[in-house]
Amino acid sequence: MKRTHLVFAAILVFLSCFSVSVQLGAQVTSWKQIPIPKLPEFNPPQPKRIELPNGMVIFLQEDHELPTIDGTARILGGERRVPAEKAGLTDIYGEVWRTGGTKTQTGDQLDDFLEQRAAKVETGAMGDSTTIGWSCLKDDFGDVFHVFEDLLRNPEFRADKIQIAQKGVYDSISRRNDDPSQIAGREAAKLVYGASSPYARVPEYATIASITRQDLLDWHSTYVHPNNIILGVVGDFDSAKMEAQLREAFASWPKGPATKETDIKIHPAKPAYYLVDKTDVNQSNVQMVATGITRRNPDYFAISVFNEAFGGGFSSRLFSDIRTTKGLAYAVGGGVGSAWDHEGMLRMMVSTKSATTFESIQAIDEEIAGLAKNPLNDDEINRAKDSILNSFVFRLDSPEKVLQEQMAYEFYHYPPDFLEKFQEGIGKVTKEDVARVAAKYLHRDQLAVLVVGNAKDFDKTPVSLGTVHKIDIAIPVPPPGVVAAAGPGQ
Amino acid sequence: MKFRSTLTIAVCFVLCSLAFSQDLASFEKRTTVKKLSNGLAVIICERPEAPVFSFFTHVDAGSVQDPMGRTGLAHMFEHMAFKGTDTIGTRDYADEKVALTKVEETYAAYLAERDKPEGRDKNKLQQLEQAWKDALAAADKFSAPYNNEFGKIVEGEGGEGLNAFTNYDETGYHYSFPINRLELWAYLESERFLHPVMRQFYKERNVVIEERRMRTDSSPFGRLLEQFTEEAFAAHPYHRPTIGWISDLNSFSATDAQHFFDKYYVPSNMVITVVGDLKASEAMPVIEKYFARIPAQPKPDETTTTEPPQDAERRVVLRDQSQPLYIEGYHRPDYRSPDDQVYDAIADLMSTGRTSRLYRALVRDKQIASDSEGFTGYPGNKYPHLFAFVAVPSPGHKPEEMADAIHVEIEKLKNQDVTDEELRMIKTRAKANLIRSLGSNEGLAFALGLNQARYDDWRELFRSVDRIEKVTKADIRRVAKQTFVPDNRTVGIIEFAGGPPPSAAAPPQGGGQ
Repeated sequence: MKRTHLVFAAILVFLSCFSVSVQLGAQVTSWKQIPIPKLPEFNPPQPKRIELPNGMVIFLQEDHELPTIDGTARILGGERRVPAEKAGLTDIYGEVWRTGGTKTQTGDQLDDFLEQRAAKVETGAMGDSTTIGWSCLKDDFGDVFHVFEDLLRNPEFRADKIQIAQKGVYDSISRRNDDPSQIAGREAAKLVYGASSPYARVPEYATIASITRQDLLDWHSTYVHPNNIILGVVGDFDSAKMEAQLREAFASWPKGPATKETDIKIHPAKPAYYLVDKTDVNQSNVQMVATGITRRNPDYFAISVFNEAFGGGFSSRLFSDIRTTKGLAYAVGGGVGSAWDHEGMLRMMVSTKSATTFESIQAIDEEIAGLAKNPLNDDEINRAKDSILNSFVFRLDSPEKVLQEQMAYEFYHYPPDFLEKFQEGIGKVTKEDVARVAAKYLHRDQLAVLVVGNAKDFDKTPVSLGTVHKIDIAIPVPPPGVVAAAGPGQ
Repeated sequence: MKFRSTLTIAVCFVLCSLAFSQDLASFEKRTTVKKLSNGLAVIICERPEAPVFSFFTHVDAGSVQDPMGRTGLAHMFEHMAFKGTDTIGTRDYADEKVALTKVEETYAAYLAERDKPEGRDKNKLQQLEQAWKDALAAADKFSAPYNNEFGKIVEGEGGEGLNAFTNYDETGYHYSFPINRLELWAYLESERFLHPVMRQFYKERNVVIEERRMRTDSSPFGRLLEQFTEEAFAAHPYHRPTIGWISDLNSFSATDAQHFFDKYYVPSNMVITVVGDLKASEAMPVIEKYFARIPAQPKPDETTTTEPPQDAERRVVLRDQSQPLYIEGYHRPDYRSPDDQVYDAIADLMSTGRTSRLYRALVRDKQIASDSEGFTGYPGNKYPHLFAFVAVPSPGHKPEEMADAIHVEIEKLKNQDVTDEELRMIKTRAKANLIRSLGSNEGLAFALGLNQARYDDWRELFRSVDRIEKVTKADIRRVAKQTFVPDNRTVGIIEFAGGPPPSAAAPPQGGGQ
């Protein structure tokens, strides 16, 4: 509890700066006259951390508001560890783990069993991990936990469900060029990390077609070991009883081999203009991108303040200048992005009508150049810091959020008091810090500028910009076998 | 297995009911409603989980209330409610007001010339446009240094999730604050609707036009839905897009927005809901102090044209560069219909989870779609609306196959009773969904406020589950037979019409990109 007390003591100190005394009942003529009392002391409940001898880490977070119990296991190992020729393997795995059922029950039987209880057991996959979780009313916990445990230990990956999952991915491949913002997001990531980078690549018909049941079984036996698992449980239960039950369920599960760290190199594209010509739109999606930072970077705090002031919400420069003053865009924003375990993406984005595409790019150029001539001032910095610190309580305002923070720190090996450190770090950021990180990370001449739009209507023909690299987004033709598998009539 | 699962369902059923009634009892204790002297309904729900609160301002007017020739106006005003007041967002309101009046006069003069059916004078039009632009520049001098001051205050004070929405039926405003900003919020939110100022209107109109380009013009699904909805409603304003038609967006004025506000943003037409770590006994006087200042006005007349019965199938086909999609909709009565929960039950049966009929038929068994569901409340539910079905064809499958497969499932609904298990599943799920919806300040504020606005009683949130409890097998057959008939159907299709010009390889649909 000491930790949380510190966190909120800092909030209280900060809040006092805003307290303006005013007589209650007096006519208020300005928002500044409104009194802001101290925020009541708040000690958000911290989850109980348990580490089993086999390496499995469990967090238990009691929350008695509603009669429900939910849990999620996050398992080390995700799409980034899949070889390029099997890209999309964890998309299939993440679905068929659940739909393919267990050794004793088909996925369809599980569907019936769970839906009758309005319960869920679901699996999924991300870049660095896979997940399996449940949610249920507390009186069904025993039944539902049994399904969870059975799927975790004894999945069957039945072939019929692999075929359905493959068809689903074929469908999303076939549709991936329909929506311009989806194209922009995907191609921007390729520019930052490299087209074949595990951080950016996408599955193709051929890679999905090559995935076999044995691949899924191999994946499961490689990664699903207790020492790779962090399990978080939140809801209406008694921690002591829950701990006993989970120990009984998992203590005898033998430890597996350690999973090696990955070493993924980043290969950013040259700074230049990149164009995806899309003839059925009247708005351009512009993304100006480069490599961002990890959250371990000591500049993370100053960058967080910079992002808020430069490209965050209503108060930011990009919003104020490009949306409010110039009326060029509905969606505009950006900042130096961060990720837990690798460099995020630095990204400035704007969506604007075809005829103001380059006017908008130029407007962002001016904003970037303006940072040197007219650095973010005290007002802007203070508002950004206030915004982050005054809204800090929303990071902890439910037991579930507190649990999720702790699970993330555990997964990425961050200190459990990372949030407290973050708050302290933000408090110390100065105007000079912000100017320094802006100059250090944001360079107009190092940005790759991606435009997804209708080139014939642009305000400047791309030719006048020198070399514009056209990106070919044509979807590689499916291998012959897939045509048959994907259905007749092609 | 069968016996065991039936037994456990019965057990669960009892327990769910218990949990549910406990919830209602607990909400009765911690929820307070007060109608202020000006007619404004205020709901306070005490939920002392963390020192924060969320609010939801519900305005019972949406794009259905857009005047003829002014589509998009309700949504446009919503954007303007972020532009500040006579004291927030201006250097000097007295002078700004004069400048804004000039903007409106010059704009009206410009528009009169622009929209002349004949004899438009090009030179004159140019001069009038320049006069308008000069007036805009003059007015801007008062506000430009204070861009977005309203949002800046909220964000700087720790506001979270500052946003708003407009749909066909209503407009909503929401964010969350640390609990020590309750009075600040009451001041800001009441000022917002006491003294809104239509500043920077024409720039914001361009922002909204970009929003239209994003959501509708440049999105295949957006284009399909706009065409489909226009086709499905012949008379009722549901046929008009909430975002507005481009010609209207390029025409309506700040004066129009002010008139819309004056008519619909009146206390008797609004509900304020606050949920969080507060006590009604302490918070209500604070809220009353600020919100009671809004002058009382009668609730505006919101009657609309009655959509005539549809007696012929309608169809829109978009031939696009994108992969095929299928949607069909059937007219049904409004949310007050005694069958409202029967439609909910049908939507749940057809769509929820992997046991749903459409998933099992189209995705699992026939393997012709990657997704399919049926849903009600399209495009709103305050007025008679649609029950719709959508399907996303798998590569190589055509929209017509979706139609056939959906119709097979519809015929089953009409001709065979749903099973006991299915009916129980629907009812259990309704209760569980309700319980889960009670766990967040934002979600609760929205649900309580909406139910108060629609039924004049927030408890309807809980009663809807009682009503779904009463739905019978015969109800489902009867409502399906009544509703899902071909003459009552509107179909919307995207057909793949070849890719963009050259160089694209051949994906499943046999052409481009």
